Amino acid sequence: MLWTSIKRVIRGGVVNFYRDGFVSLASVFIMTVTLFVMGGMVFLSATLSASLEDIKNKVDVNVYFLTKASEVEVRAVQSALRTLPEVKEVEYISRETALENFRKRHENDELTLQALNELPDNPLRAVLTVRAKEPSQYEGIAAFLKNDNALSSGSKSIIDEVNYYDNKDAIDRLTRIIRATERLGFALAIILIIISISIAFNTIRLIIYISREEIGVMRLVGASNKYIRGPFIISGILYGISSAFLTLALFFPLTYYLGDSTEAFFSGLNLFRYYLAHFGEFFLIITGSGIVLGSISSFLAVRRYLNV
Amino acid sequence: MISFDKVSKIYSDNSAALDGVSLTIQPKEFVSIVGNSGAGKTTLLKLILAEEYPTSGNVLFDSMDVHKLKRRKLYQYRRKIGAIFQDFRLLPNKTAFENIAFAMEMAGRSEDEIAADVPYVLEMVDLGNKMWNFPKELSGGEKQRVAIARAIVNQPDLIIADEPTGNLDPVNTREIVQILKKIHDLGTTVILTTHNKGVIDSLGKRVVTLERGRVIRDDPHGKYVL
Repeated sequence: MLWTSIKRVIRGGVVNFYRDGFVSLASVFIMTVTLFVMGGMVFLSATLSASLEDIKNKVDVNVYFLTKASEVEVRAVQSALRTLPEVKEVEYISRETALENFRKRHENDELTLQALNELPDNPLRAVLTVRAKEPSQYEGIAAFLKNDNALSSGSKSIIDEVNYYDNKDAIDRLTRIIRATERLGFALAIILIIISISIAFNTIRLIIYISREEIGVMRLVGASNKYIRGPFIISGILYGISSAFLTLALFFPLTYYLGDSTEAFFSGLNLFRYYLAHFGEFFLIITGSGIVLGSISSFLAVRRYLNV
Repeated sequence: MISFDKVSKIYSDNSAALDGVSLTIQPKEFVSIVGNSGAGKTTLLKLILAEEYPTSGNVLFDSMDVHKLKRRKLYQYRRKIGAIFQDFRLLPNKTAFENIAFAMEMAGRSEDEIAADVPYVLEMVDLGNKMWNFPKELSGGEKQRVAIARAIVNQPDLIIADEPTGNLDPVNTREIVQILKKIHDLGTTVILTTHNKGVIDSLGKRVVTLERGRVIRDDPHGKYVL
């Protein structure tokens, strides 16, 4: 009996879905917009975090050592820095490498090279390039380098200069911008999603409003609430699934079209490849949201007309 | 079977649609309720269907107070009644067959019963050839016959017909009345409201006359007198 009822409810919902062709189509389109906004937000946050990540990676702090500091001593500082939890990586550039880089940079500049050759010794300092996990952590790292006595040879520090203090303003400002962008993006996403959900919800309500007399007739014929509500919920789920598939299909040409330009603009994030790589997650999020939105909207909308 | 005990119904604007109506309808009776527009005929039927609640008094169906039923349980009570309306009230998205099948599904009938009974009742109202038509493809008389088929298919104890011929021409009216008579002859209680003098006079059954919410005449073999 239960199975028969379920079968009848499902059949009722499917039949209503295709017989109400035009109305179904309209609500599928509206829900597609909603799901499109949701999916778009996922893309937006991926792009945003990829470009923020990229900007963060461009920030680093250079530690310059005195020319008399030996490689062993510098290597010791490097491993000390690596033990810090805030540090992502530490790159060592020896004096020789620094000189080589310098020569390469100035290979067309005879004058400079000549001047360099005049010098009795390599004037360039060894450098450690430190990358933190978060830009806000540079301050701590700089303080560590300043204070820690373990880094000095004898009583004298081997560190000549830490360029953090020169870059402090820029790093601080960048940190603030990154935080603000993240917060703004999140708020914007929430607002857009709320707006589009309420549009979809109201569309379904409108559709059920059209059917309010039908609901009254069903009540008078002796239909139980479950039996009246069931087919509407099934139709709602079908709206959700159809619009989810439509949305997922639309993302293919769109991300393909945008893929190359986003790759150039947002530091290597190709939206099309991102979409393909995360298709499973997109499928679950979009289809799941569609089903939940469709069924809950129908459930709530029918409830209003059941008290006949 | 049905009894009204000093039932009054006052709508919000303080006009009494029914005013202290007491009335008893026996099983297997055929009762016509007549009166001018606004006399309270439809309100009376809505009270039986528990679509409306009385301001005072009780409506009993087989000694059960229909307005004390929980809203969630009302559908079980409504399955005992077949209702026919002036505006047909068919489900527009369902064919004639499906409209009737829907009522049977609600009553928990099996697919086999539905497949056997629906064509049978449609044949009974002479619509065997329009089984798969949607309401919009049927004439007024045909729609009303589908509605009647839907009302009787579950063999209810009571048929309520609220001006079933109000929208129909004389030929269709006569046919509908014949069908209602046939249903009554098979042992179902019928309550009919109508404006149509010809219908009442041709029936020769009990007639209750309402005026401004009161019963002013109750005649066992009545004529239409206003």
